Amino acid sequence: MVAEKKNFKHNDVETLRSRVIVERDRVTSTASTDFPHNYPGVDLAWDFEKFKENFKIKINRLSKTEMEFDMIGVDAAIANAFRRILIAEVPTMAISNVFVMNNTSVVVDEVLAHRLGLIPILADPTKFDFKAKEETPTDLNTIVFRLTAQCKHNPKASSTETDPLKKYIHSSVYSGDLVWDPKGDQAERFKDCPIKPVYDDIVITKLRPGQEVEVEVHCEKGLGQDHAKWSPVATAAYRLMPEILINGEITGEDAVKFQSCFPEGVVDVVVENGVKKAVVVNARKDTVSREVLRHAEFENKVKLTRVRDHFIFTIESVGSIEPQDLLVQAVQVLMDKCAQVKRALQATLQSD
Amino acid sequence: MISKNMDEAKEDIRRGIKDAKAHAEALFGGKGLTDPIPTVEDKWKLLPAFLKVKGLVKQHIDSFNYFINVDLEKIIKANERVKSDVDPHFYLKYTGIRVGAPERPDQEAMNRSYTPHECRLRDLTYSANIYVDIEYVRGRQIVRRKGVPIGRMPIMLRSSHCVLTGRNEMELAKMTECPLDPGGYFVVKGVEKVILVQEQMSKNRIIVDVDRKGFVQAGVTSSTMERKSKTYVGTKHGKIYLKHNSIAEDIPIVVALKAMGMQSDKEITQLVCGQDSKYIDKFSPNLEECSKMKIFTQQQALDFIGSKVKAPKRSFAPGIRRPASEEALDILATVVLAHVEVHDNNFRPKCIYVAVMTRRVVMAMLRGDLVDDRDYVGNKRLELAGQLLSLLFEDLFKKFNSDLKMNIDKVLKKPNRTQEFDVYTQLLFHGDHITSGFVRAISSGNWSLKRFKMERAGITQVLSRLSFISALGMMTRISSQFEKTRKVSGPRALQPSQWGMLCPSDTPEGEACGLVKNLALMTHITVDDEEEPLVKLAFILGVEDVSLLTGPEVYLPDTFMVFLNGNILGITRHSKQFVAAFRRMRRAGRISEFVSIFISDHHNSVHISCDGGRICRPLIIVENGKPRVRSEHIEHLSAGKLSFDDFLQLGLIEYLDVNEESDSNIALYEREIIPESTHVEIEPFTILGAVAGLIPYPHHNQSPRNTYQCAMGKQAIGAIAYNQLNRIDTLLYLMVYPQQPMVKTKTIEMIGYDKLPAGQNATVAVMSNSGYDIEDALVLNKASLDRGYGRCQVLRKYATLLRQYPNGSYDRLADPPVHPDNPDVVQEKFEVLDKDGIASVGERIKPGQVYINKQMPTNTSSDIGANSRDPTANAYKNAPMSYKSAMEGYVDKVLMTTTDNDQTLIKALIRQTRRPELGDKFSSRHGQKGVCGIIIQQEDMPFSDLGVCPDVIMNPHGFPSRMTVGKMIELLAGKAGVLKGELQYGTAFGGSKVEDMSRILIENGFSYSGKDYVTSGVTGEPLSAYIYFGPVYYQKLKHMVMDKMHSRSRGPRAVLTRQPTEGRSRDGGLRLGEMERDCLIGYGASMLLLERLMISSDIFEIHVCEMCGLLGYAGWCQHCKSSKGMAKMQIPYACKLLFQELQSMNVIPRLQLQNVF
Repeated sequence: MVAEKKNFKHNDVETLRSRVIVERDRVTSTASTDFPHNYPGVDLAWDFEKFKENFKIKINRLSKTEMEFDMIGVDAAIANAFRRILIAEVPTMAISNVFVMNNTSVVVDEVLAHRLGLIPILADPTKFDFKAKEETPTDLNTIVFRLTAQCKHNPKASSTETDPLKKYIHSSVYSGDLVWDPKGDQAERFKDCPIKPVYDDIVITKLRPGQEVEVEVHCEKGLGQDHAKWSPVATAAYRLMPEILINGEITGEDAVKFQSCFPEGVVDVVVENGVKKAVVVNARKDTVSREVLRHAEFENKVKLTRVRDHFIFTIESVGSIEPQDLLVQAVQVLMDKCAQVKRALQATLQSD
Repeated sequence: MISKNMDEAKEDIRRGIKDAKAHAEALFGGKGLTDPIPTVEDKWKLLPAFLKVKGLVKQHIDSFNYFINVDLEKIIKANERVKSDVDPHFYLKYTGIRVGAPERPDQEAMNRSYTPHECRLRDLTYSANIYVDIEYVRGRQIVRRKGVPIGRMPIMLRSSHCVLTGRNEMELAKMTECPLDPGGYFVVKGVEKVILVQEQMSKNRIIVDVDRKGFVQAGVTSSTMERKSKTYVGTKHGKIYLKHNSIAEDIPIVVALKAMGMQSDKEITQLVCGQDSKYIDKFSPNLEECSKMKIFTQQQALDFIGSKVKAPKRSFAPGIRRPASEEALDILATVVLAHVEVHDNNFRPKCIYVAVMTRRVVMAMLRGDLVDDRDYVGNKRLELAGQLLSLLFEDLFKKFNSDLKMNIDKVLKKPNRTQEFDVYTQLLFHGDHITSGFVRAISSGNWSLKRFKMERAGITQVLSRLSFISALGMMTRISSQFEKTRKVSGPRALQPSQWGMLCPSDTPEGEACGLVKNLALMTHITVDDEEEPLVKLAFILGVEDVSLLTGPEVYLPDTFMVFLNGNILGITRHSKQFVAAFRRMRRAGRISEFVSIFISDHHNSVHISCDGGRICRPLIIVENGKPRVRSEHIEHLSAGKLSFDDFLQLGLIEYLDVNEESDSNIALYEREIIPESTHVEIEPFTILGAVAGLIPYPHHNQSPRNTYQCAMGKQAIGAIAYNQLNRIDTLLYLMVYPQQPMVKTKTIEMIGYDKLPAGQNATVAVMSNSGYDIEDALVLNKASLDRGYGRCQVLRKYATLLRQYPNGSYDRLADPPVHPDNPDVVQEKFEVLDKDGIASVGERIKPGQVYINKQMPTNTSSDIGANSRDPTANAYKNAPMSYKSAMEGYVDKVLMTTTDNDQTLIKALIRQTRRPELGDKFSSRHGQKGVCGIIIQQEDMPFSDLGVCPDVIMNPHGFPSRMTVGKMIELLAGKAGVLKGELQYGTAFGGSKVEDMSRILIENGFSYSGKDYVTSGVTGEPLSAYIYFGPVYYQKLKHMVMDKMHSRSRGPRAVLTRQPTEGRSRDGGLRLGEMERDCLIGYGASMLLLERLMISSDIFEIHVCEMCGLLGYAGWCQHCKSSKGMAKMQIPYACKLLFQELQSMNVIPRLQLQNVF
């Protein structure tokens, strides 16, 4: 313990303030401590200019459904607020009422409705209103789909065919079979991006000859906190930037072993003066498996920390809203909330 | 240079090795000392091969097949003649019997064959006709007839006569039958009934025991076709006596032997004691006693016994009473030790048998450890469906014949008949005594057999279809005859001899603990086999007939007595060779593979058994230290070139019963084979049963946890059978999205649990969260529930009959009543009804709504004129069936059909879909149950670096005291499996290794320990502990809050006492019980007591007459005929009731009133 302290200066203010320390059997310095008067002599008052200078967002990866970006220079509370809003408070459209005209499939009505509900719908929720329970559906708060499918024997299939997809017609009902039924001026409003399920190949139910499904479904606007089907993300999460500190040098066979303790690309073994030496090249790739802390030879030679204000944020959208828009909408939700609190505070101040 | 030297050195070494090898080859038959012993890989594959031919419930089916195909004929043969007391020329002889294919009972049906599922739906009995071939006298000629039906026999599913046997999956699907259903049960009146396996002490075997008073006694339960009786040879005050129920007093053993014709004391002594002086000393008092009684000859002995014989119940022709000695002789020959047969008054075998019993008693008197263990599994026999049905059938058949005889006599008695008497017509219209007898016995579970005076209840049980496992578990269940209330530990304890035969884990908790057992995976229960060939074989192999020998020869040190099914066959002087030769014959397939033979060194005897009900299991034969099963055999097995039966026939494996197992040296693993080994286990995990086989890593768990899981696995909601959606069961629990477990076992694959699972792989975080998880409560993720985790369906059957009444009236269905003004308006109560008066399928039904709008005639008894179909002649009253439940449901199915007596039957199935809620019960597969304590939003859940958040949070306090390490390993293996994309195995005594699992975790960038770095979802900051995080298979149990929740403020009251009703189903009150009452008394809360016990319960105002103290009415005392001094007061109604009841019994309670204030 004494040696460790000496080598790594465990308790120096900067480390404690800016790093989460990953130890072998616990995580220390988890809570954020950079608030004024916490450390004697260190001024940690929040300063907008300083924040502007430090705050960075860097997008690393972006696709239709997934985005990874770095958010640097904010408190965990802010990053977490975005994460929570993304999961629970960004509105989307989802099927919430199913009117079953006929359903002779093996999947019973409630389960069919449940399955339909979880299908992500490609529709811009900002163009719709929330519908209160007692409200009547209008073209401004409801999207209507129809689903009709009837299974028949395929006359073209050979008699020995065993694959149900070939043997029967419509043996599986897919999300792509949902047909949008535009109401009011919806056809006009959404002619650029017609409303449809995000994916066409989600199996809703399977049918066999003689069975049929006929349903009308109504989509409504909702929030993920009410039901997971309205959550715009599969998940949104972040991890802190890993940091691997080597004390002194790790050389020889130990270096190779050291390398193998991390995922590929984290540690490189370079040959310096004919001696193998381990060098950390890309700590970001580390999954923080703490494997290195298990081995006695690396004791006191390595220290794992994570940067407290460096969030590697991942948004996995379900596809109805693109991830970059999701983040903007999440920020907007937070701003609206702040504005509301501000208004309320002002109101109380004025009333005094 | 160096390399050259190196090469040379290498060459030297190689040469050296070669030499050594050659040397070793000479020594060890080609095996080097360091060579790994080649083991037979995958010998567990024998297990699926075994299950393929034998199946899990093969014991039931084998037993039933034996009964139907073999035993029936034996029974017929034993009761083949029906004679008449009136006409001595008349006889009826049964020459054959046959059971047909299952057929509909009604004769006019177009297609008479039916399926079990039709029987389930229509409340029919799945049965087939019993046909007999007869030969009888008609007038002056003998008539033969074939195929005369005498009754119907319920058919066991998947037995040789069942329509499902030998069908492939497609054909079974056409018959709406599940291919994974094991069969082995009956469908009686639409209910699936299992005849449980009954455990009993073995019959016809001598069991030496110490009774409660500490006296040694040897007992035998003799069982023959005609009778069952128990005979004891026991000690009393150091002397030995023969005890039997038919003899009132204990008979000194020497007297008994003398009565059986062994008059010489020397002969007796020699036959009991041999030459051993110790035994003679112990035995001599008996001889002394006999001589003191002055009994020296057989006649004297018989006279003595004759005076003690209980009067026979059967009354012979009155007046002719046989002399007592003859009575005694008769009883000794036929009743005492009935299984040792006496031919032509040759009592020699029975004498020897009694002598052997006596010897065993003497031995046990001298050496206490020679007492037999009653709980030893080898001394037990299991009685199966076939044996029980055969007992029942013989009883019914005897009754049938005696009834038939009475009818015949009745007709033949008539002096002149218009028609020639033909017994065939009698037979055809003889009623359905046999049919109804079977149906009654199986559906009630009461086996009452007149001839054995046997009355047993609870033989059958309704097959529990709560889950696939519960049905399967029921088929392997063994119930014991022991009383449940007796506080003895012996029969409940785990017996070392049950290894491999009975599951050590699967037993209920509580009163039936250890008495109800379950079969292990690889067991077989034998059926009766022919004795004749074995007797012949034994004599050919050198057994000497014991009747020809005297005592000293029988008890020579190297002489072994040979027993066949408990009967003395003879002696052999070369026991080892004899047994070896006998086994060789068995392995060669010359005698049945289920014959067992073993040497008992304690008693110097060889026992051969071929009786039914022995538990046995297959083992690999080891010869010369090598197992006979080789890798190539297993390869052939995998390739399908060999089957399990071929292995038996090739003599590679054999069945051992418990007794022979105890006489063998069985190696657990191939590496543990020593020169003395005779067998090696096929696979150690087969010591567990089917239900315990679901547990992953059970060998890492504390044993009671496995037992708990065995009980809970049967309550898990999941898939029940492939035909689950076609079934209309009283109560059906189905899971919406069941999953096969990530960590499975070989057993799971073999019994088909992976195809009909009952649970889901939940991502579990083992951590404390929110405080709503104490005491085993679970925290569930709301988003998981939204997405379908733990969702289940509850389907309940509501059935009604449209009855026809004796007066010709009948129930009817009515269409929903409409509003008188507007025919389109239907009351909400009748909204879901279709025009036919039954709810339409798919309709959402709310509590209180009517689903079958039945009407009953008001007059069902008196005659309304048989032919008058005038509806006005009989008025109808409404008898609608309305839906009573807390939650709305959907009409899933409606079935309208007729039963076998032409009543219209309507069944409606109503379905509820439930998502988990607070208080619902869940359990992992390690006996760790818990209820849902709180449901938390996804965003509040902790998440790992990958963004994974748990479905379930489990409190870590569940681990230390329970010691379910298996659960931890399951999580680790499950996590590794998820990361690698493959299923892992947690098979008992094997399975995926923790080390390998950790390696997979490391390779995928996770901590080897399974603990993850986790961020709090609430604060967004990392948790300061690493969290054990990964998938665990969780079962949802049938106990749900919705079915149990209950409260009441006001509600119904019982009619008699006016107290609140009892129980949730009657909206009953919550009882303030005696102990609670005691608390209130102790606290002195008298007003609260008054309020709880009277005011809130059955308060009643009475008028009491102060003069006479009797109850009056409305201020008037009827006794005093005055209204003077009437007082009003309040008492519990039950109290008033008591007063009146006492009055009705001529006891007058008088109330004496005083002013308190």
